[in-house]
Amino acid sequence: MTRNMLILSVAAASLAVAGCAKKAPATLPPEPVGTYDDTGTGDGVITNAPVPGSQADFLARVSSDTVYFDTDRFDIDGEDRVILQSQAEWLRQYPNVRLTVEGHADERGTRDYNIALGERRANAAKNYLATLGVDPSRISVVSYGKERPVALGSNESAWAQNRRAVTVTVN
Amino acid sequence: MSLRSLLLFAVAVASLPASIQAQELPPAPSSPPPQQTPRETVTGSIGNERSVIAVPALATPQAMSTAAGDTATLGRQIGDVIASDLDRSGLYRPLGPGSVRAITFAEVTAPQLPYWRGSSSAEMLVQGFVRADNAGNLTVGCYLYDVALGTELVRQGYVVQPADWRRAAHKCADAIYSRLSGEAPFFDSRVAYIAESGPKGNRRKQLAIMDSDGANHRFITNGQSLALTPRYSPDYKSIVYVSYLGSRARVYVYDVGTGQQDLVTESTNPTFAPRWSPDGRFILFSMAVAGNTDIYRIAREGGSPRKLTTSPGIDVGGSYSPDGSKIVFESDRSGGQQLYIMNADGSDQRRISFGGGRYATPEWSPRGDLIAFTKIAGNFRIGVMRPDGRGEKLLTDSWQDEAPSWSPNGRILQFFRTSQGASGRSTLWQVDLTGVNERRLPTPGGIDGSDPSWGPVRP
Repeated sequence: MTRNMLILSVAAASLAVAGCAKKAPATLPPEPVGTYDDTGTGDGVITNAPVPGSQADFLARVSSDTVYFDTDRFDIDGEDRVILQSQAEWLRQYPNVRLTVEGHADERGTRDYNIALGERRANAAKNYLATLGVDPSRISVVSYGKERPVALGSNESAWAQNRRAVTVTVN
Repeated sequence: MSLRSLLLFAVAVASLPASIQAQELPPAPSSPPPQQTPRETVTGSIGNERSVIAVPALATPQAMSTAAGDTATLGRQIGDVIASDLDRSGLYRPLGPGSVRAITFAEVTAPQLPYWRGSSSAEMLVQGFVRADNAGNLTVGCYLYDVALGTELVRQGYVVQPADWRRAAHKCADAIYSRLSGEAPFFDSRVAYIAESGPKGNRRKQLAIMDSDGANHRFITNGQSLALTPRYSPDYKSIVYVSYLGSRARVYVYDVGTGQQDLVTESTNPTFAPRWSPDGRFILFSMAVAGNTDIYRIAREGGSPRKLTTSPGIDVGGSYSPDGSKIVFESDRSGGQQLYIMNADGSDQRRISFGGGRYATPEWSPRGDLIAFTKIAGNFRIGVMRPDGRGEKLLTDSWQDEAPSWSPNGRILQFFRTSQGASGRSTLWQVDLTGVNERRLPTPGGIDGSDPSWGPVRP
């Protein structure tokens, strides 16, 4: 339920993919290589194409760098799988790129526990990437607990955005 | 920096002036023995019935300049600190140097009781003196009189270096508090905490230390790496805490004297939630291995950690009973976070919390009688229960109160309160066991704070 609200507000683009292709192999990365302006201030102008294999390239070509979790949960569901499959696809093309998965929790847990919970989430994402063939030795994990929220409100929508595991490439 | 310069005198002090030694009144026989304080209720009164204590500026036999200012000024400042301490206890209503007349040096041991009876509502009277000697030390005398009975209840003296004058004030307040309440002292103690600043999404979190009243504040880390969950060692020589130095969570043991810090253990796995054993010989920490967090114990000097929990759930934190024989910790092995007790070697793990909601951050009282925790049931509240899990009582009621830390005497809890919304502000608070006397802890410049760790009374 909270998952749906989250998807609507944060990852509308990936919802379409996840919704109609739950079990299908990832309907792969958006064709146009390059980032397009989705801030609403421009009109989708193509900007400079990122350097292949860079973090910008990763962000441009995966369906999302972030998977989200329900309260106190750390399981990887269908929507998460689609996202992680797109990440794994990209990682197969750049086998020398290392990555860090950052696990996070919302503010409605205690500090120590949330560090442990973020560890669980980041490891869940790491383990799924490993099942997709990404060498686990390329993946490090760090939990920030509730210390680094992306959404600053104190409401369900903000908390849903903060319960996340974010894949970051390391060069 | 001189630390242990304070020498606590017994009742008769050789270096005190003859006029003071001559005053040898026995303790008032009518005052109740401390042991008669009822167990289940907190000492003192509730609401407005706090007893009034006059605290005039301490007198000086002769104004002399010292490294911390002249003795007359120090006398007033010490009186202010004593009054402030007594006020923070929540049990008394002090009338400090700003609201009562000054006394002469001769009055210190010859209180003008008719004056105090006639001109104030004070039931108790604190008097004292400040004297500088040729070696550059201060001698601070501390006396407590029962105004109505005319009896002397406290007589103590402390020799301190001038820079440590606040400690003499805290010792005096401690002696008065203990004598009147029957409780163990707690003012002369220190607090480690996390000073916070900046926007909610990227807070700067620095390890800092201060006296229990917010004075003598010092930042220990510069804030470039996230610092979390400090715990002062029982001897105040070290602080264990989590630092994200190198962009991962690891427990460090920081030496306050040398400024050096060492990893609690060498591991590629994250370590966090550190705690001291009561004797300071062991450190508990939590470590996540492939996402599964368990509690480990390691000797202060290092060596191999011993794993104390093995459940597939999150086992985290941990707080020793005062005798070191048991550990209360937090685990979600049954679903949500609950409190469990185990023997110090990890054996005999059993759940003690069964109320609705979740329970986190257990801390065993230094008296042994209670366990404090964060209760998560909608809001976060600070509560206590007995070690058998019974007698649960919630002490605060706010949106998010978290992470209690006991006063040295097990009568007051410090914690932090996070405000709702985008500001992300956090502040340090304390509450006594009645839940009535709740107040914000001062921090320098009103800087935000979290994770208070209250150390023991200093020797």
